[in-house]
Amino acid sequence: MPSIGIVTPQAYRFSEPLALQSGASIADYTLMVETYGTLNADKSNAVLVCHALNASHHVAGVYAEQPKNIGWWDNMVGPGKPLNTDEFFVIGVNNLGSCFGSTGPMHINPATGKPYGADFPVVTVEDWVRAQALLADVMGIAQFAAVMGGSLGGMQALAWSIMFPERLRHCVVIASTPKLSAQNIAFNDVARQAILTDPDFHGGDFYAHKVVPRNGLRVARMVGHITYLSNDDMAEKFGRELRNGEYQFGFGVDFEIESYLRYQGDKFADYFDANTYLLITKALDYFDPARAFAGDLSKALANTKAHFLVVSFGTDWRFAPERSREIVQALVDNKRTVSYAEIDAPHGHDAFLLEDARYLNLVAAYYSRIANELAKEVA
Amino acid sequence: MNFSELSQLRPDLDFIAHWIKTGTHVLDVGCGDGIMLDYLQSDKQCTGYGVEIADDKVLACAKRGVNVIQQDMENGLGIFADNAFDTVLCLSSLQMMKHVEPLLRDIARVGKEAIVSFPNFGYWPHRTALLRGKMPVSKALPYEWYDTPNVRCATIADFADLADDVGLEVMECMALHEGKAIKWLPNLRGSLALFRLRKKPK
Repeated sequence: MPSIGIVTPQAYRFSEPLALQSGASIADYTLMVETYGTLNADKSNAVLVCHALNASHHVAGVYAEQPKNIGWWDNMVGPGKPLNTDEFFVIGVNNLGSCFGSTGPMHINPATGKPYGADFPVVTVEDWVRAQALLADVMGIAQFAAVMGGSLGGMQALAWSIMFPERLRHCVVIASTPKLSAQNIAFNDVARQAILTDPDFHGGDFYAHKVVPRNGLRVARMVGHITYLSNDDMAEKFGRELRNGEYQFGFGVDFEIESYLRYQGDKFADYFDANTYLLITKALDYFDPARAFAGDLSKALANTKAHFLVVSFGTDWRFAPERSREIVQALVDNKRTVSYAEIDAPHGHDAFLLEDARYLNLVAAYYSRIANELAKEVA
Repeated sequence: MNFSELSQLRPDLDFIAHWIKTGTHVLDVGCGDGIMLDYLQSDKQCTGYGVEIADDKVLACAKRGVNVIQQDMENGLGIFADNAFDTVLCLSSLQMMKHVEPLLRDIARVGKEAIVSFPNFGYWPHRTALLRGKMPVSKALPYEWYDTPNVRCATIADFADLADDVGLEVMECMALHEGKAIKWLPNLRGSLALFRLRKKPK
């Protein structure tokens, strides 16, 4: 299916300081945004797509000068795709603290004239959602047709339904969780420790030293990547395959899986920012909307108004189907409109980004219902 | 969807539709393509969910705009709270369950009323097939013994006993054949058993 083609990001600048959950605030910040499709006259067909850990506002299409830089959800968003840009106006926003153009730790702190580095305030999922809502205000969108995301993006969609119940008709939460488990946090902390203990990290001020804590970032990515794949998928793709057919009796690369993870780590260290990795993993760890309700997720979701689609993947052990079922159960307790699909896909957590007819057809059917709903209202 | 559309598509759903009150909260266990919920939603302003395991049927529900929760009913209805629903439907599904008794107990737990249907094994052609020494194959049981999804075979009389055991009281019991109610010798002449039940007072 054709991609949406060449797209151009836009910067939205906000001069009003954003008060953060931590009590800190960010003054004078920028959000990088991409949009696809056309906003209709009554501004009812907007869909916000929230990104996960290492993604950005570049959801679909390519850049004119980078034809190989394909948006991270290009198989989901585009003309004739499940989230059909012929019908919907789709918005991708890069979150604060990220390293793809929105204000982040590598940018100049207006208070000091130096890069924020470790001084960049810790941001939460709720902070991101607040910033996204301010963007929607600027765009004149009072209510999204849907807010959608996978993994950490799904947490943002869920937070939208709680924080701004009137501002979304549908909430699409894919491969996500209402909170991280101890095991999830443990993996995140191993990743953070790898970065924090890299001598090139310099307490987060590595920009001034003109170095990058590459080794820390590589290990962080390698650990993270393991949790994105299923055991079966890894066994199938790599098994115990040897890179050179024989044991090398050393600590270089013996197995294909080692080669793959190191390659992924290297690639990641080339483009990702170490401070951003710390910030985003913290946002993941802190997300727990039920916390304010003594752990009762049903109470946390009591004020939601959206219709929900929740999707999980059978082999996802990072955010396993049980975690999605917790969300569904809390919604069912509140008699909310919710559909839930558990896709029997082999690819673990990463399945939410991959081709799978059952998954994509279901999302397509869901959006086509939304499109019909909007068309009926206009008529 | 309105009533005449429903009855054209699925005549056996006619009777069931009459037993469900307007505006009630309904769970359809084994909801298939969601046709019943579609009707209850649009014609009777009911709310609720379907439970279904098959991918293609989950997709069909999504296309209809019916709330569906994909899960294996063998694992019970733990996701739903006690007395969460006015009516729980379990139509032509129970006979495919390995864990019939726990599921029926769970149906009694989450619903105030229940409507259950299943192919009546006591239907006379089934009995004559057995008399001839062969497992019955009919319109109601259109499978060979080795490929049937129906792993539980019950007659109207059998089911009434189990319903009583799990704490359900029979409000109405009907036998249908080709969408019509069978009044005379129902356990012999009806191919589909249909029960309307309610939780027994404790």
